[in-house]
Parts: sequence; structure tokens; C-alpha cells
Amino acid sequence: MWTISGWIAWAVSAAIFLFLIVDFFRVNARFSEEQLLSSREGVDELFSEPTKPGSK
Amino acid sequence: MNAAVLPASGTAPAGQGSINLLKVLGPIHVWALGVGIVLVGEFMGWNYGVGKGGAFGALIACFISGLLYTCVAMIDSEITSTVAAAGGQYAQAKHTIGPLMAFNVGLFMVLTYTMLNASDIQVAGQLVQLGAMQLGHDIPWQPYTILCLAVLTLLNYRGVFATLTINFVITAAAFLTIIILFLGVQPWNPTAVLLHKQLLTGLPYGWIGVIAALHFGIWYYLGIEGTCQAAEEVRSPGRALPLGTICGMITLLIAAAITWYVTCGLLPWEYTGWDAELAPLYDTARVTGSSTLIVILFIGTLLSAIASANGCINDAARAWFSMGRDRYLPLWFGAVHPKYRTPFRSILFLTPVAAVFALYIPLAQIITFSILSGVLNYTFMPLNMWNFRRKWPVGVIRRGFEHPFHPLPAILLMILCITTFFAIYLGYGRQLLAMMAFYIVASVWFAFYRYRYVRRGAQFTMMWPKPVGY
Repeated sequence: MWTISGWIAWAVSAAIFLFLIVDFFRVNARFSEEQLLSSREGVDELFSEPTKPGSK
Repeated sequence: MNAAVLPASGTAPAGQGSINLLKVLGPIHVWALGVGIVLVGEFMGWNYGVGKGGAFGALIACFISGLLYTCVAMIDSEITSTVAAAGGQYAQAKHTIGPLMAFNVGLFMVLTYTMLNASDIQVAGQLVQLGAMQLGHDIPWQPYTILCLAVLTLLNYRGVFATLTINFVITAAAFLTIIILFLGVQPWNPTAVLLHKQLLTGLPYGWIGVIAALHFGIWYYLGIEGTCQAAEEVRSPGRALPLGTICGMITLLIAAAITWYVTCGLLPWEYTGWDAELAPLYDTARVTGSSTLIVILFIGTLLSAIASANGCINDAARAWFSMGRDRYLPLWFGAVHPKYRTPFRSILFLTPVAAVFALYIPLAQIITFSILSGVLNYTFMPLNMWNFRRKWPVGVIRRGFEHPFHPLPAILLMILCITTFFAIYLGYGRQLLAMMAFYIVASVWFAFYRYRYVRRGAQFTMMWPKPVGY
């Protein structure tokens, strides 16, 4: 049983990595680079409403 | 997960339709990230400090390192609650010191967490092998190491909320096993099970042994600064980051004290310091003779390694992603998954790196790479804090948290870092010099080649007034 568990571990790992790779290529094909790279650092500070005076 | 998939067509207006990391985390996730990365250090690693300085030497190292990390937690809490961006100390360095320091700090973090991840998954696989051997079966550890990496990569890929909620459960369970062991040795009756009077000796190698033990004393806390990487994904950075980080530090101080007390009360220092069985807390449970404690501590050790690997994947990917987003690395790495809102390209890129190191490099070597990069990162923090307070004094910008006694923690941290470098040099001088050479070469590449691609104004995103003196 222990020997088989090793093979099951390899098989499950391969299936997970396959899923990730398929999803990776699917997303890259479906969305433009402009969309995927549109994240901005500090977006709250840039685009949220200004803080009220005196608020913490 | 409440992530909405954006339509394939149509553009992403800045700020409104852009695909950003999700702000879904709270203080318990910050705690789970910080303590989850570190707690494995209570189950293994710290004990080599006992071999360097004896049981009391390791205890002194534990206290000194605790002081070092308390300074780290205080400094991080103030700056990260203000610079709420993925990348943690990388984003801080960019704003307070400059691009070259930021590039180096980003690399420190990626190496620290990727190497620690490799160590953790290697240990997880070897623990499964150890457990099977106890049951009379000889199996390879590699399939379980890769399975652990695959499952954790999948978790991280599919969303930060589930990843860190699971990490909270795993980490809390691992911490609970330390408490159970503590109660199992009857601390209210110190002579019933524990043998401190018979086992504790003086300092076998004097005070130089204590200094050498500092190298391993940091294992109790190494990685708590990783909480900063969640800055862009917490709902309320000003509250969640200081609360999660400082509660995490308190948890680790308690866990470190219990770990030393129980282990050094049951195992001779000569054995603890050169523990061939990988996990001293697990060995301590075996010495008690209680099969319940043995099973519980085995599970606790395994969970701590898994939680640490999980947090490391999260943090290494955020640091790599942030550097890509600022063009310090190819911009391609700065992509966010439109459905899961995770830095998916960075997560997948670093996975094979961790796998190769876990499968082919000895544990001691990988851990040394991780520690060296970690201490380099801590050395940057005092400089960061001085610059931050000098350029934007208290009251000039809104801070989520103001740490007390400035500049004392920064000065203390700098002194402790220098002492720890000396301790590392005593044991791993060549690796330290090789690592320094690597960072110097990388800096030359960045300064003379890569920096031309960086949009110099766009990298500074905080809406702060001009710094004092500019």
C-alpha cells in the first residue's frame, strides 16, 4: 500500500500541475496583456475618496 | 471568493476596471501568514543552537533573537501600515531609500521565502518517510514533497482568502500541539517528568558559544516579517497589520519559551544540539513514552512544515510580482489572475525553482541561503526606519501605527544584526561571502542594465508630501 501511495502522490501532483498549466494558457489566451497587467500599487490611495479631515 | 471575472473584451480603466489583488484579509490572516511561516522553527532548526552554546546558551540566543524580532515587528508595523502595498519591505525601500536598495530587498525576500519553501516541502516529504519507517515501511520522500508543493501551489493560485484561512487552521493546530506537549509533561510538578536539574549545565563553550548560537536562535522567529506581504490584500492595513504582526510575535515568544523548556528538560544538550532525527519536539514526545503525544507531535511537526511552505509561496510570489509590476523585472510577472486575483505568473514561475532546490540540494544548504537573505533584509530595516521618520516625521503623513521609543528599536536591531552576521560568519563564512558576491553582481546588472526599463516616476505611488529636505 505504501508503494502505491507514492505513485498516487506522483499522479495527483501531475494532475494538479496539468490543471494549473491549462488554466495559465487559457487565461493568457482569453485576456489581453493590458487587462492582466492593469494592477496598480496603492490603488486605494490613488482612487478612493479623500480622507475626511481629522479622521484616523 | 467573491472575485468577478472581467469580460474578455473591453479595456480596463485605471483604478475602476483594473484587475487588482483582492482586499479580503483580516488580522487572523495576517497572524496565520506570519506565524504559519515561522512556527516550523519551533519544531526544528533552533536546536542546533544548543550544540553551539549549550542549553542556556540557546536560551540566551532565544531571548536576544526575540528582542531582535520584536524590533522588526514594531518597525514593520509602522511602515507597512502606511505603505500598504504588496512586496512589503520592497515597497518600503522604494519609497524611503531608493531603487537599488529596493531591488536588493526584493531579491532578499524572494530568496528567503523560496529557499524556506524548498526546505519546508523537503522536510514534509521526509517526515512522511520517517512516519512510514516507524511503521516498518521504507518509502522514498520525493513523491510527498512534490505532492505538498503541488497542493499548496494550487491553493495559492486559486485565491489568497482560502489559502490563508486554511493556513490559520493548520497553524493554530500546530501551535496547539506544542501546548498539549507542555501540559503533557506536567509543568505544575517540575520534577515529575522533566529533568532540568539533572540535564542543565553551564555554558560548555563560554560566551563565544552563545554568540555562535545566535545563528540558530533566529529560527524561532525567522519569517514573521512576512506579514508585510499581505499589505495590499488586507481590508484595513492600519488595523490588521499591526494587530496580526504583534499578536504573531507574542505567539512565537510563548511557543519558543515552551519549546526550550520542554526539550531541554527531557533531552541532554549533547543530543538536542546534534539531533539526527530532524525534529527535536517530536523526539521529546517520544522520550515521554506517551503514544498519544508521539502521534500528536508528529502531526504538529508535519502541519508546521506545510503551513510554512504555504506562507512562503504566498510571500515569494508577492515580492516577485511587485518587482515585475514596477519593471524591476520583466513586466510580464506583474500580471494578476482575472478570476482568482492572485499573481499567478509569479506563483507558477517560482514553483519549479522551489522543486529543484527541494529535490536536489541538502537541507542545511537551503536553510543557510534562506537565513542569510533574511538577515540581510533585517539589516535594511533600521536604515528604512531612520529614513522614514526623518523624511516624513510623525504628523506629516497618516500612519496606521506609531511604534514607541524611536530610534531605540532601530539602533538595537542594527547592533543585533551585526552580531548575528558575526555568528553566521563563524559557521558559514564562505556561504556568507558567496551570497554577498551574488547580490553585488545582481546590483550591477540592475544599475547598468535593468533600471533603464523602469518608469522612474510611476514607481512612487504613495500620495505623500515631498520629504523633508527635498
